[in-house]
Amino acid sequence: MSTTDPAAPQLVVDDLHVRFRTPQRIVHAVRGVSFTVGREKIGIVGESGSGKSTVGRAILRLTAPNATVSATRMSFQGTDLAGASERDLLKVRGRRIGMIMQDPRYALDPVMRVGEQIGEALDGRGLSAAERRAKVMAMLHAVRIRNPERVYDLYPHEVSGGMGQRIMIAMMLLPEPDLMIADEPTSALDVTVRMQVLAILDELVTSRGLGLIFISHDLNLVAGFCDRVLIMYAGRIVEECRAADLAAAQHPYTRGLLASLPRIESRQDRLSVLQRDPAWLEA
Amino acid sequence: MSTARTWLRAEVTTSPLHARLQRGYYGWLRLRSNPLAFAGFLILIGLVLVAALAPVIAPLGYNEQSLAMRLKAPSAEHWFGTDELGRDIFARIVWGARITIYISTLVAVIAAPIGLAVGTTAGYFGGWTDTVLMRINDMFLSFPGLILALGFVAALGPGIGNAVIAIALTAWPPIARLARAETLTIRASDYIAAVRIQGAGPLRIILRHIVPMCVPSVVVRVTLNMAGIILTAAGLGFLGLGAQPPTPEWGAMLSTGRQNMLGAWWIAAVPGCAILLTSLAFNLFGDGLRDVLDPRSE
Amino acid sequence: MIDVQNLRVSFGQGASLVHAVDGVSFSVREGETFGLVGESGCGKSTVLRALCSLNPDWTGTVSIAGAALAPVPDRAFFRRLQMVFQDPYGSLHPRHTVNTTLGEPLAIHNIPDRDRRIIEVLDQVGLGAAFRYRYPHQLSGGQRQRLAIARALILEPRVLLLDEPTSALDVSVQAEILNLLSDLRRARGLTCILVSHDLAVVAHMCDRLAVMMQGRIVEELDVAALSAGRTTTAYGAGLLAASRGYDKRLASSLTADEPGA
Repeated sequence: MSTTDPAAPQLVVDDLHVRFRTPQRIVHAVRGVSFTVGREKIGIVGESGSGKSTVGRAILRLTAPNATVSATRMSFQGTDLAGASERDLLKVRGRRIGMIMQDPRYALDPVMRVGEQIGEALDGRGLSAAERRAKVMAMLHAVRIRNPERVYDLYPHEVSGGMGQRIMIAMMLLPEPDLMIADEPTSALDVTVRMQVLAILDELVTSRGLGLIFISHDLNLVAGFCDRVLIMYAGRIVEECRAADLAAAQHPYTRGLLASLPRIESRQDRLSVLQRDPAWLEA
Repeated sequence: MSTARTWLRAEVTTSPLHARLQRGYYGWLRLRSNPLAFAGFLILIGLVLVAALAPVIAPLGYNEQSLAMRLKAPSAEHWFGTDELGRDIFARIVWGARITIYISTLVAVIAAPIGLAVGTTAGYFGGWTDTVLMRINDMFLSFPGLILALGFVAALGPGIGNAVIAIALTAWPPIARLARAETLTIRASDYIAAVRIQGAGPLRIILRHIVPMCVPSVVVRVTLNMAGIILTAAGLGFLGLGAQPPTPEWGAMLSTGRQNMLGAWWIAAVPGCAILLTSLAFNLFGDGLRDVLDPRSE
Repeated sequence: MIDVQNLRVSFGQGASLVHAVDGVSFSVREGETFGLVGESGCGKSTVLRALCSLNPDWTGTVSIAGAALAPVPDRAFFRRLQMVFQDPYGSLHPRHTVNTTLGEPLAIHNIPDRDRRIIEVLDQVGLGAAFRYRYPHQLSGGQRQRLAIARALILEPRVLLLDEPTSALDVSVQAEILNLLSDLRRARGLTCILVSHDLAVVAHMCDRLAVMMQGRIVEELDVAALSAGRTTTAYGAGLLAASRGYDKRLASSLTADEPGA
């Protein structure tokens, strides 16, 4: 089913809305978001409350029970995600679209050994125990875990944050999905570990020809890591540009965010403060 | 009415009273939205009203005997029937509500502060203080409540005052446990670290910073335990060690009703139902209170 | 202003003894802002907690404003030194209004004129008197951090310890808080120690900094050297490179050497 043309969009999202019902009112968290993802690394950047994580979850319909997701069109390789039944979505989640969360400690089952947990992704393929183990080992090797034999038998609490995130990546890549959604996958990691995990993600995504949606609050990181960037503000995409051109962004919000960052190279007396314009809500 | 409501819902609170009232108002709204808890709340309000208005509802008093009217079944004249001395059971239930409220309030007033004090002290200081206090706590916990209360009453002599003291002594250990567990989490938080850096002493930290955080769960716990307290009080009354005749304590009434149970079911059934209804109401209300008092739900 | 010699902090006993801080020495001049950087678990926050005596089990000599720091300092000590915490959601008492939070330090130290001081400090941190009777849950993250700064400043300390004061905030809010801290520091002549994992924040705020690794200071340099990339150790250089954003070649070179696996 997958196409070979790298530019062809895999995921098409058209006019996505997410609303949360609370006892007091209805919160319109995502207000008409449209984008496409091919076999590329696309970054979604925004501040807390911008709706960036909600977009990532809405694609797989993993939003909270009080949320309603609606879209004119939301399809992945021809499969309609907006109208799909829960049963159909199970065939997509984890198999064709993987998801990496911010903190692997909460995403991994604490009472199951790491290796067995990764191997669960291969359930129902009729593999023997040995074949399965071999595949898991190969995957652990691919995420540059040097001593896969030892790591296979560890429990999640016995691994560091960086190792945990590698394990998550291994687990998500094993079913060979075509798209990966990563929600702040490295925010909880130290800078040097972050670079390692990103390098692994970069290499695997590129070599396997995956699409990647990288959700982050870190403009600098996304500018260096992704191919294309969507900037979200208050539930809308206010700007879309090539990651390399982020420094030359047009929208005042993007420019304001960039200007408010402190820099290592040069010292300003004061940081410029973002002046929010109510017009951005409608833009 | 609508201006008062707007004031209560104001985004910006303008005085300490306003802030507190707003908090109370939102709590009330949450209670209203939980039908079972609200039902429990209404029953308890009803109980208080009945107790307060007892002289109006049953002007003849609970000890008006009439041997000619012994063991009469419920009728228009005697709604709940009469007992073996011809006393109106309805009147006795109404006056008995006062005793139930007296017992439960007094137990709460004695047991909750003891439990809070012991639990927060043990939790905040840790180490030896914790070990000693918690082993004492364990000793109390390892006896069934009624048996322990029985022992105390046997030592102190029967009577409603002694029963209250005995029940309170059995009621504080679970509260102390709970308060200690809460304190252990609170102690590690940054806002306690912040007040320590301000130079506050342990007493101030416990009283002003830890206790307010423990109070909601303790109140919930005491409310839920209230059902057990009423049952223990009734149990003591039933065994003749609580309120003494002719006091219309529900447990004691149940006990005397037992002798005539086969011929006159209402003598035992009515106080039994009263006990059941009250403890159920406390349970329902306590459950709802958990949501009402949770600051995170605001 | 602050002088720390051979500070050691350890946790646990016997075989599980961990030296979280293992012989750290540095000094901070009056009016200076000193940065402590390093990755999680390097002991930078532990140093801060020892300085404000949240952790009394330390050895070494520490003097603050000319007086030696006692393991259990007297109450007056805390009028000289205050701290702002990382998490604005966890560092404010959820059941205390802004007024109570700010009034508490004044009550502890029996300082008169509370109303005036509270309103004054609220103005200084840019909140204003209108916020006086709100609860923390009615404030945004940035407003909470302003309140935490107000609480630290109401005792008029000379030393302010900052433990990752902006790492829980959005970048636009971070800029506001950093500006506020710069202004207050200038107006009050504060001496600060800033702990952070973010080198850009440290470069913006500090005059000098120390890089910590596994409980020790491995490198001490001034900010001009940091900005120019003149680090003297490989660890410092790696940290600096990784902080500049994602670079494919650099990242691949880092993966070649993976610790702990």
